[in-house]
Amino acid sequence: MVGSIAAIGAGLAVIGAGIGIGQVGGKAMEGIARQPEAASKIQTAMIIAAALIEGAALFGVVVALLGLNG
Amino acid sequence: MDCNQVLVSKVKKVIIVFTLLIAFLSIKIDTFAQADSAVVPVDSAVAKTAEAVSGEHGAVEHGKEKFEPTKVIMEHIADSHMWHFWGHTSMPLPVILYTANGLEFFSSGHFHHGEEDYKGAHNTYRLVEDHIKVVGADGNVDEVASKTVLDFSITKNVAAMFVAIFLILVVFISVAGSYRKRIGKAPKGLQSFLEPIIVFVRDDIAKPNIGHKYAKFMPYLLTIFFFIWFNNLLGLVPIFPGGANVTGNIALTFVMALGTMIIVNVNGNKYYWKHIFLPDVPFWLWPLMVVVEVVGIISKPFALMVRLFANITAGHIIVLSLISLIFIFETLAIAPVSVAFVLFMDVLELLVAFLQAFIFTLLTALFIGMAVEEHH
Repeated sequence: MVGSIAAIGAGLAVIGAGIGIGQVGGKAMEGIARQPEAASKIQTAMIIAAALIEGAALFGVVVALLGLNG
Repeated sequence: MDCNQVLVSKVKKVIIVFTLLIAFLSIKIDTFAQADSAVVPVDSAVAKTAEAVSGEHGAVEHGKEKFEPTKVIMEHIADSHMWHFWGHTSMPLPVILYTANGLEFFSSGHFHHGEEDYKGAHNTYRLVEDHIKVVGADGNVDEVASKTVLDFSITKNVAAMFVAIFLILVVFISVAGSYRKRIGKAPKGLQSFLEPIIVFVRDDIAKPNIGHKYAKFMPYLLTIFFFIWFNNLLGLVPIFPGGANVTGNIALTFVMALGTMIIVNVNGNKYYWKHIFLPDVPFWLWPLMVVVEVVGIISKPFALMVRLFANITAGHIIVLSLISLIFIFETLAIAPVSVAFVLFMDVLELLVAFLQAFIFTLLTALFIGMAVEEHH
């Protein structure tokens, strides 16, 4: 039972990250469409933001993993 | 005429698409049919075991051990006292223990994969789930005595780290040598491969974030960048010199984050400390702001630590889960799907391996930049 609840926690963490990375990616696309010459700079900034969001989601996944073991 | 050609090509395309679709669907149905038939024996085996247990037979006979993906995955991402190659072949690694009576050195091969105890100079040791425990006089694990024994063994992660360090030394000593020999000439060989990466760390990470004082911090930034990158890449190699989860070990990322924290705080100037202890806010906010800023000193490296650890561990878990699918379904038919997904994830992990090294270095540079920034 503990395992399944931990899995729900991991899923919820991923939902948040999905929304976040979707926002970042969508806005970056808009930015690139508006200013194609700034594409490389926008891409770098986008990847950094995406990695930060992913980090936050992985905190949740790690806690879910700890819940699974403990 | 043109219209006709277009029509013919469109009809051809539609036929191809439909053929592929039907082929795909039939493969899928086949797979599921095989998966179903494969599941049946397992169920009957489980039923047999249950019968055997409930029928109080002396010897429980079942064909196979039940496959537990969680256990197998955790074993693979965890640290170990031996380096597993394949099947029952593994390389024993040295065990170094610090006990109250003195140091102990022996090979982990003496444990015979945890099946036998080893009698050392001071205590008898047993391997319980890859942790070394002290065995008391009564033959059971002595938990109190086990806590006093400190384990400084060369484990799989440490050995893999040595491999990475050796590789880094070989690569960079040769590159440094060619820089010394070829002053003012165009880079050649390995040098021309690494020069853009070093220049990238300098121009895209250090300079924009630290400012004109960047040169002092370049050795640290380059070291952590290449150390994380090499370890991440070696972790992706499934065979011998790689495969250890070095950067996915919280102890290693903790030490790296600690290094960043020390460098940031040692180099912090008076403006950095003023920002923490005397922030530019109304004085009645100070009790709140100072607490937040002091927590910030710890929480920034903490985030660095967890980010690297979680990203690399998550990558390893995903790849291992996809491989586990073959053993969960107990059919070879799922293998092409599984391998295709693993290949996709591995390519993604190749990007993540670089990205995490980049992010760790970038954030370190950012924190250093905030600490050494002059007031304006």
